[in-house]
Amino acid sequence: MHNPAIGGRAPLGEDIFRWLCLSAATLLLAILAGVVVSLAIGGWPAFAKFGLGFLTSSTWNPVSDIYGAAGPIVGTLVTSFLSLAIALPLAIGVAVFLTEFAPARIARPIAVAIELLAGIPSIVYGMWGLFVFAPWFAENVQQPLANSVTPGSLMDTLTQGIPNGANIFTASIILAIMILPYMAAVFRELLLTVPAQVREAGYGIGCTSFEVTARISIPYVRTGVLGVIMLGLGRALGETMAVTFIIGNAHGFPKSLFDSGSTIASTIANEFAEASSDMHSAALIALGLVLFFITFGVLALARLLLARSMR
Amino acid sequence: MTRMTARARRRSIINTIFVTACGLTAVIALGALALIGWSLLTKGIGGINGDLFTMSQPAPGSRGGLLNAITGSVILCLLAMVFAVVIGVLAGTWLSEYGGRTKLGHVVRFLNDVLLSAPSILIGLFVYELLVRNVVGHFSALAGSVALAILAVPIVTRTTEDILLLQPAALREAGMALGATRAFVVRKIVWRSAATGLLTAGLLGFARISGETAPLLFTSLGNQFFSVKLLQPIASLPTTIFQFALSAYDDWQRLAWAGALLIAASVLAINIAGRAIIHGKSS
Repeated sequence: MHNPAIGGRAPLGEDIFRWLCLSAATLLLAILAGVVVSLAIGGWPAFAKFGLGFLTSSTWNPVSDIYGAAGPIVGTLVTSFLSLAIALPLAIGVAVFLTEFAPARIARPIAVAIELLAGIPSIVYGMWGLFVFAPWFAENVQQPLANSVTPGSLMDTLTQGIPNGANIFTASIILAIMILPYMAAVFRELLLTVPAQVREAGYGIGCTSFEVTARISIPYVRTGVLGVIMLGLGRALGETMAVTFIIGNAHGFPKSLFDSGSTIASTIANEFAEASSDMHSAALIALGLVLFFITFGVLALARLLLARSMR
Repeated sequence: MTRMTARARRRSIINTIFVTACGLTAVIALGALALIGWSLLTKGIGGINGDLFTMSQPAPGSRGGLLNAITGSVILCLLAMVFAVVIGVLAGTWLSEYGGRTKLGHVVRFLNDVLLSAPSILIGLFVYELLVRNVVGHFSALAGSVALAILAVPIVTRTTEDILLLQPAALREAGMALGATRAFVVRKIVWRSAATGLLTAGLLGFARISGETAPLLFTSLGNQFFSVKLLQPIASLPTTIFQFALSAYDDWQRLAWAGALLIAASVLAINIAGRAIIHGKSS
């Protein structure tokens, strides 16, 4: 397809420029493909040696060079879903509050503040968790709880662990605080797409604010809500710094909510630069590939759902 | 006041509970975030002094600052933004002006969105395999900035496409009607009228990468000395904060808080600047 300039001169610059743009766009695809291929190659020795046991065994032992990733994988899933369970109701509440109840004069600054907070680097959340939240949690929640629960009860099993505040539960709370502004901001944008007429029609037939929100607004954006949930989950799954500070970094299978654990990302962050053997780094890269497939699936689903609902 | 039926009363009670709960969640959420901001300010402000910007990192117990880390971070981020803006603007231009509606265009846009929120630590692993293990052969500032660039490219691409699509078609048609080639129209007319928007695209990308820690841990590694060499390991604020915060020394931890405050404040400032530019343009 040529687009000759006046005088019929062959527009060489035209083609070069289009080629440059096209190659930049395809470079994006190449990067994504490169990530998969390099992780697969780098992690291959671990998959080849341990097979399916890599995913199901919870022995992670750099000394004897035996690696099973079940601990970090379970840790990743548990912290992500727990943080989502904490953050989701809060995010919905904040977004509904901002779109339905708060007067515009308060709602706008709060919305802007929340969007700005979503950009704060995760290392800040991690540091706060380590220095402020974990000691507070150990002193005011873990110790009283340890003194008051009946030994052997379900609560006792759930809350067993060293009372230092560095555990799976506190890590999930920090993660929740971190994904909250992000989820609330996207959720608010979604709620703003509900046409005013639809909501006013609800109020017009005598619905309360609760009924308008729960039966009209949220159902109106339901696919988008799923997208927001998936995006939040995607963030929580891959988050490194906020978790590494506070999860306690133990590789075993977590025995209770208050037990220290690890996630895939925190394990890689802690060990990769000082991996003790080739098999150790291969195992860490293989962990990375596992994380890639989990997050890629979640994120792809999120984008598909969001795209369908925002259209 | 009319009499309420039992049903109406129940609905009104549920509604009151709901409204209160929403208000409460807003208070809890903002309260948690305010608490974090407060600790950051009170613990960080004590470490902000002249030494912080003029001296490199100390041995535990002696005087020092974060000069090597700040310099390293600036170098890493600026170099990353050069890569990211060139690639991102060109890719965004292709999506908006050339192939956005083709099949390839849809695939690129979709995967770009996925890349936008891919775990940054995996990008670090990828660059490690590519540059640290193979091309360069050791940890280097170059590898760190390539990792950061890969994180910024999707943001720049996305924002560029959005902004170019906002430029009126009449502008392009006017250029074409005068006999200009398409490439000429894009470069001299569309890009120029979208200049402030493109600047914002760059700023957003910059804000995103300036606090990133995970991908730097095994690409640029960190360096306890002042260094500006691109093929050597280089210090950066996030990795230094990570190392100092987890150390057992009080003065290192104090520096870590000061560094965290510095990063959070600069990210906020960049984001606010980005918003102000968009706002100033639209009003």
